[in-house]
This record gives sequence, C-alpha cells and structure tokens, in this order.
Amino acid sequence: MSFLKKVLAIVEKDIAAELHTKEMVSAMLVFSALALLIFSFALDLRGEVAEAAAPGVLWTTIAFAGTLGLSRSMAREEQSGCIDGLLLAPVDRTAIFFGKVAGNLLFTAVVEAALLPLFSVLFDVALLRPRIFLVLALGTLGYAVVGTLLAAIAVNTRAREVMLPVLLLPLAVPVLIGAVRATGGLVEGATLTEVAGWIRILVVYDLVILAVSLLTFSYIVEE
Amino acid sequence: MEERGMRHSRRDVLGLLLAGVSGLLVIVALGMVFLYAPREVTMGDVQRIFYFHVASAWVGFFGFFVTFAAGIGYLITARRSWDIVGLSSVEIGLTFIIMTVITGALWAKPVWGTYWTWEPRLTISAVQLLIYVAYGMLRASIESPEREARFAAVYGIVAFVTVPLSWFAIRWWRTIHPDVLTGGEGMAITPRMVQTLLTSIAAFTLVYATLLRQRMRLERSADALTRLQLRVERERSFS
Repeated sequence: MSFLKKVLAIVEKDIAAELHTKEMVSAMLVFSALALLIFSFALDLRGEVAEAAAPGVLWTTIAFAGTLGLSRSMAREEQSGCIDGLLLAPVDRTAIFFGKVAGNLLFTAVVEAALLPLFSVLFDVALLRPRIFLVLALGTLGYAVVGTLLAAIAVNTRAREVMLPVLLLPLAVPVLIGAVRATGGLVEGATLTEVAGWIRILVVYDLVILAVSLLTFSYIVEE
Repeated sequence: MEERGMRHSRRDVLGLLLAGVSGLLVIVALGMVFLYAPREVTMGDVQRIFYFHVASAWVGFFGFFVTFAAGIGYLITARRSWDIVGLSSVEIGLTFIIMTVITGALWAKPVWGTYWTWEPRLTISAVQLLIYVAYGMLRASIESPEREARFAAVYGIVAFVTVPLSWFAIRWWRTIHPDVLTGGEGMAITPRMVQTLLTSIAAFTLVYATLLRQRMRLERSADALTRLQLRVERERSFS
C-alpha cells in the first residue's frame, strides 16, 4: 500500500465511524450555532458592530468548536481501542498522523461550510468570498495540525477533555491573530496583497508546526 | 543506593560558589541600578525598574529555551536527567516571567497611565506565562512518570517553537513599546545605562544557574527518596 492509500484508509475509517454515530459533526454544528446566538446577545451584533466583530466571533467559534471535535476524535480512538490496532498495523506513524489531521480538517470544513452562510445571513456580513476561503483554509490547517498533536497528548491525561483547550489555545495564538486580522481586512474590502503579511504568518505557522508535529508525533503514541 | 544518598548530603561546592557569586553580583547590580546609572530624562526614577524587568524577561525566555533543548535531549536519549533539567528550568522561567509581567505593569502605570497595555513585549510574556502554566498542568495530570517526561518534552518543544511566531504576530498587531536599545521613541540611552543593564542580566543569569542547580538536586533527592521508600516497602513485605 502506498503512503497516500494508508492515509486515505484512516480518513475513510474516521468518516465511516462518523457517519455511523454522527456525534462529532452534529455536536460541533450545534455548538457553533449556539456560540453565534450567545455572541449576538453578548455583543449586540448589528450593522457596523457586526462587521467589526465578525472576524473575531467567527474564529473564536471555529477555535472552540474545533477543540470539541479534536478531543472527541482522539477519545474515540482510545475508547474503542482503535489506536492500538493502528499502532500494531504495519503503517508509518506519520501516516496515522496525516490521517487523523485530514479527518479533523474534513469535519471542521463541514462545520465551516455550514457556519459561514449562517453567519452571513444572520449578521449580514459578506463572508462568502473566495479570498476568505483561502484564509479559512490556511488557519484551519494550522489549527487542526497542532490540535491533533495536542489532542493525542490530552487524551492520555487524567483531565482529558479539559486539558486540550488549556494546552492548545496559547500555542494557537499566531493562527488566531493572523486569521482574525486577515479575515478582518478582507471583510473590509482589502485585496489579498494588502493582507499578505498576515497570510504569510499563517503559511509559516502551518509549515513550522507541521514539521515539528511530524518529528514529535511518534514519541506521543509510542507505548 | 547508599552511595547516592551520601553524595547528596555532602557539601555541594559548585552550588555554594554559584550562590555566593550570584548573590554578590545581584548586590553589585542593585548598586549600579540606584547609584551608577543616570536618572532617565523623561521617565525619571521609574525607569530604573527597566534593568530588572529586561533581565527577568531574558531569564524567563532563556529558561524556556533550556526546556526546549532538554526536551530534544530527552526524546533522543530517554534519560531522566534531561527531564529533570526541563522541569526545573520551566519552574524558574515561570517565576521570572511572572516578575517580568509584574515589573512591566508597575512601569506601565506611571509612564503610560495604565497597569496593563496590550503592548507586544508585555503580551508575549503573558502568552509565555500561560503556555508554561499549561506545561505544569500537563505534567501534574499524567500518572506514569515515563509518559509524563515524554509528553512534557514534546509540549516543551512545540510550545517554544510557537513563541517567535506569536511574537511577530503580536508585534504586528500592536506597537507602543519604547524601542530601548535602538534609541527610537522613548528613552535616551547612555553607556552607563548599557553597563548597568548588562550587569543586571549577568546577575540574573547567575541567579538562574544557582536556582537551576538547586532545583535539580532537589528533584534527584526526591527520586532517591522514592527509591528508598520502595526498597523499605519491599523488605517489609518479605519479612
């Protein structure tokens, strides 16, 4: 089996499990809708306020919904004993890592695909633009990579689900700042070159964190 | 095992020497801060906190760098001594980062009129503070010592790598810090000030080394104690 096939097999497994239970994506979706509701109460999101707050609200919602999905995805591996099976299989550790990242990316993308139109309709902010999709993709990638790595750590601690956001959020500071700034600029009608600095930060973060995660992931799952 | 216990009770010459020299240097630095360094023109005496503020920020960052390096060392060799370096250095780094945030707030109040500003250097210190508090919580919530060391090493590495990126992102986001050494807005810097700053940094770095040595000895003693307790239990269960 080629490397890519192994990765795809793991993603397929995650999709099959998710289609069977539907617990992860549905929880993330409902949570996102609730977050929008709470934010609209808390910040009175109308008119100019909505446009100014939109990038922050959007990324906060994605970040928090993301931690839900990430910890669920790893907890499922542990509870079903599936991770042991994966580790026994003649598969490279990096293939397991890429598989989990791809699965998490996919589920987050599904949630974002629902979140963005909902957000645009509810708060009348034009988020459905290809440029914003690019920022969304870059930000989500970095978040999913570091999140998958840390979820594999958190699932083996006593505090489990509580541990993940504590570990993840301070390390995601560059992604969150970069993504919020870039999205904010684009919402206000800036061109891609005008927010190129922020996009560069996102790209560099993605590359650096991907490299470090690939180097360290095998140490987390070794038993 | 007795030998190991004995070695710890013997007098630690290097430790004593470090403690003595760093204590002396701290006194010298204090003297320079208050007597040798000139009074800053616009900020007045408040600015004297700068020497210890910068020195503790440096030691905090350096402490986390040592943990990063020790993490790599641990993952390669799987030796407990690297883990001890890592955990000791984080604790000391945290102490100094807390000092950085507090002295920064004390400085900000008279100069900018508020205790907290979302100024890049202050913000990155706060981010580091939260990262390494999380590191401590991670260690505390893992039962197996071997796994604790392994996970802490990975987290120490990944966390440290994000710090420079956070720094650039935050600096881009906000900038009102006095650009001290390049002489931008803010402070007029004289050679005496630079000498005082360098002395403070040297003093604080030596304090760091002293504390690191003591903290590592403490951890080794704790390990030795655990081993002895295990042996006592084993012997008791035989008799």
